[in-house]
Amino acid sequence: MAVTQLVGAKIHRREDPRLITGHGHYIDDFTRQGTAYASFVRSPVAHARVKSIDVTDASKAPGVVGIYTARDFKGQLAGTHPAAPAFVAEKKYVPERFPIAEKEVTYQGEIVAVVLAESKGQAADAANMIQVDYDDLPVVMDLEKALAKGAPKAHEAGPDNVCWDFTYTPLDLTEAAFKEADVVVKERVLQNRLAPVPMEPRGVLADYEGFDKKLTMWLSSQNPHFIRLFVSGALGLRESQVRVISPDVGGGFGSKISPYPEDYLVPALSRMTARPVKWIETRTESIQNSTHGRGQFYDCEVAAKKDGTLLAMRVVQYVDVGAYHGTFGAFQPVACLMAGGGYKWKGISARTVGVLTNRVPTDPYRGAGRPEATHLVERMVDLVALELKMDPVDIRRKNFIQPEDFPFTQNFGLVVDSGDYDKSLDKALELAGYAELRKKQADLRKQGRYMGIGLSTWIELCGFGPSAATAPATGGIALVESAQVRVTPTGAVIVYTGTHSHGQGHETTFSQIVADQLGVPLDSVELRHGDTAEGTSFGYGTYGSRSLAVGGVAISKAVGKVIDKGKKLAAHIFEAAEEDVVFEHGNFHVKGSPDKSKAFGEVAFASYGMGLPEGMEQGLEAVAYFDPPNLVWPFGAHVAVVEIDAETGSVKLEKYVAVDDCGNIINPMIVDGQIHGGVVQAIAQALYEEVVYDESNGQLKTGTMIDYLVPSAGEIPPFILDKTITPSPTNDLGVKGIGEAGTIAASVAVINAICDALSPLGIKHVDMPATPDKLWHMMKEARK
Amino acid sequence: MKHKVAVTVNGHKHEHEVEPRLLLVHYLRDVIGLTGTHIGCDTSQCGACTIHVDGKAVKSCTMFAVQAEGRNLTTIEGMANGDELHPIQQAFWDEHGLQCGYCTPGFIMAAAYLLEQNPNPTEDEIRRGLEGNLCRCTGYVNIVKAVQTAARTMSSTPARKTQVTAGGN
Repeated sequence: MAVTQLVGAKIHRREDPRLITGHGHYIDDFTRQGTAYASFVRSPVAHARVKSIDVTDASKAPGVVGIYTARDFKGQLAGTHPAAPAFVAEKKYVPERFPIAEKEVTYQGEIVAVVLAESKGQAADAANMIQVDYDDLPVVMDLEKALAKGAPKAHEAGPDNVCWDFTYTPLDLTEAAFKEADVVVKERVLQNRLAPVPMEPRGVLADYEGFDKKLTMWLSSQNPHFIRLFVSGALGLRESQVRVISPDVGGGFGSKISPYPEDYLVPALSRMTARPVKWIETRTESIQNSTHGRGQFYDCEVAAKKDGTLLAMRVVQYVDVGAYHGTFGAFQPVACLMAGGGYKWKGISARTVGVLTNRVPTDPYRGAGRPEATHLVERMVDLVALELKMDPVDIRRKNFIQPEDFPFTQNFGLVVDSGDYDKSLDKALELAGYAELRKKQADLRKQGRYMGIGLSTWIELCGFGPSAATAPATGGIALVESAQVRVTPTGAVIVYTGTHSHGQGHETTFSQIVADQLGVPLDSVELRHGDTAEGTSFGYGTYGSRSLAVGGVAISKAVGKVIDKGKKLAAHIFEAAEEDVVFEHGNFHVKGSPDKSKAFGEVAFASYGMGLPEGMEQGLEAVAYFDPPNLVWPFGAHVAVVEIDAETGSVKLEKYVAVDDCGNIINPMIVDGQIHGGVVQAIAQALYEEVVYDESNGQLKTGTMIDYLVPSAGEIPPFILDKTITPSPTNDLGVKGIGEAGTIAASVAVINAICDALSPLGIKHVDMPATPDKLWHMMKEARK
Repeated sequence: MKHKVAVTVNGHKHEHEVEPRLLLVHYLRDVIGLTGTHIGCDTSQCGACTIHVDGKAVKSCTMFAVQAEGRNLTTIEGMANGDELHPIQQAFWDEHGLQCGYCTPGFIMAAAYLLEQNPNPTEDEIRRGLEGNLCRCTGYVNIVKAVQTAARTMSSTPARKTQVTAGGN
């Protein structure tokens, strides 16, 4: 490899010039001549039979091209919405889902009709004129009530509301350990339902060209190749007939991984009308219909010894699946497999129950299962510490998996590849000034003030993933990653990756890797993604902090193949043995005689010429797929400091320290940016955000940004960030993931700080979001 | 039913017949074709559509196009001077003040107005001054830094009006 110049450096992002000048290309920036605009009619009620749909007035409205209901799509769309096995191989009941409801609607926002018109406004006007007669059915909202015998059903045809009920490890596994225990703590820990709220809502533009029988669709997606797979299947087209282009994507956070009803309906409408069709989601549609995250609760028990040794954990996870099984909705039970965190346990018994309700489906949202696991274990460990009157630092240190234990096989057979948990904790405590903070806390408590310090010593598994684990999870396709490197005759390097950035800066980081490896300037490397017509046959998208640890490594492998061919050719030119040719600093030369050398560009040019070695074909390009041998395991330690206003219950975040370890770093600026954003998303879960439905009728009460509180710059504390670097042994680059780390770590640091602050009142546990109203009531109750 | 509207956008004059209900942001994007101004909500919360109307930061979803009659508008496309970035754009680039970039045009326009009103804001003043804009990626840390950096550059270089006279499409 060339001397590292770019990897590890703060390189300005290459995508920024277009984005800061208003020249990015997001989905709504595309249009086609002759486009018709779609407006969807959505159920205003959460659960009802659809008695009739009257389109008489609407069809006479100006500009209307057509009005379509479920019946019109029969013969156009085949099959039901995909539901991946993920971490629950056996499902009890997966309701069939069609992109448009016919006889029964099961959540507020489900599509019942669609209007096409000459303009957006005309489509919306006509949609408002459609009269749908609904016959209300009882709604299923509360998870426990939904599981009771004889409960109303989220789907009339369903046997009950159990989507899955799966035991990973049975209760008796932990029986002996619980008998040994000096203390047992029990808690129910809630995970508030969240809306991902990418700043750019979703949208689809589809153009089916009937004579060519080819569909091009533009949509805002993290996962263009999977969308091609699903949409081509539903429309009865070969994948080669469908081109999916996902341009600049204005954030995703998991909500742009899975296919949506509109992703099928819009291209079908284009085919039905022989016109390009466009639909752009409104914010209210987004909060109402984009998949939600979390929406769970956990019943957990932890057994420990008097000295703070953790023995065993019992956990039952209840997941609000929503009205349908999200495509990757059963990923969330990974929380069970990660419930032990960075600690050693004799046993963990775990069961997950997926419950159908009349809410929009849940699916992965930044962190997906791992924030929940961290929140649970870090909360439970604090509860044990409180019970034993131990410092939260001491109980963690006592139970950490130690550096010499790695690779460490945890209770569910997952192999944690590397770590040094004390080291990141040491650094975080030092940066926070932990000892002084405790002194300050003692002083403030004497004054009746509620200051708290919260820890989160988090671990993560990411980089999905090894074929052995991921092929069964998707139902067949292994989540490896592909890359293609093409070198033109003049030495320009074009790199195609199957991942797709939605803010992570892949155009920059991936180019840094390639430029270093080839010893060429950054400018001669072009990174392409997001268009299924380019590059390899299949790409796997961006989610689960996989892009660098899987996609980046695939790119590096493909570059390696290019260099190998270059060496063969250079050896031929030098009339030397191939094994004597060295490639460094962008030049090929014969070992021991660096003066006789050929630049990478010269060899590229020669590869398109004549007189190649026997059997060598022209050209310089390579494809590589990377199937990682293991997942990667980032970790870190966060410290949050809060003060709670005794009069109002409002929480002020005084300080936030994050020490994270994502292995080797390609671009530290981008890594810090990922942590900032991730931490703030988790702070938002801890303090502000919650999707609220009316429990009596399933009406969404937080359907706008007025009610759903995405924090602004005014709510966010200053950060202190630092790193430890423990390279991953899983891949040649030694990298892990960082996209989700902040979100995995931070919610519990804030909540632990709040619980710590309120502990003098005897308050042990607070659920999210810790709103002033909630805390004020809890404090008032506790003071009685 | 259509009304005539004549505006100057980034120094260029435009005249169209529009529906009275057409929002200014839709006029800019769909009629004039300046798609750098984004739409992120329906309720004027997110600020992605912030532009300058006669030099003042305005969420362009809160105005009808016809209300902009005779006004001088600046959008994100009018901020750079040819290839020369506005100091705020440069600072967003230097400080990694954006990730997905969708909210960025609105933030830059809001920041430009903020700095015009208050050339040396404290961190707290920046945070409060930008409360009308939402970002989901950056946690605001580097946006605040970018505005601080821009304030420094702009105070050490000769004043440059954000209102340009031509170019920028």
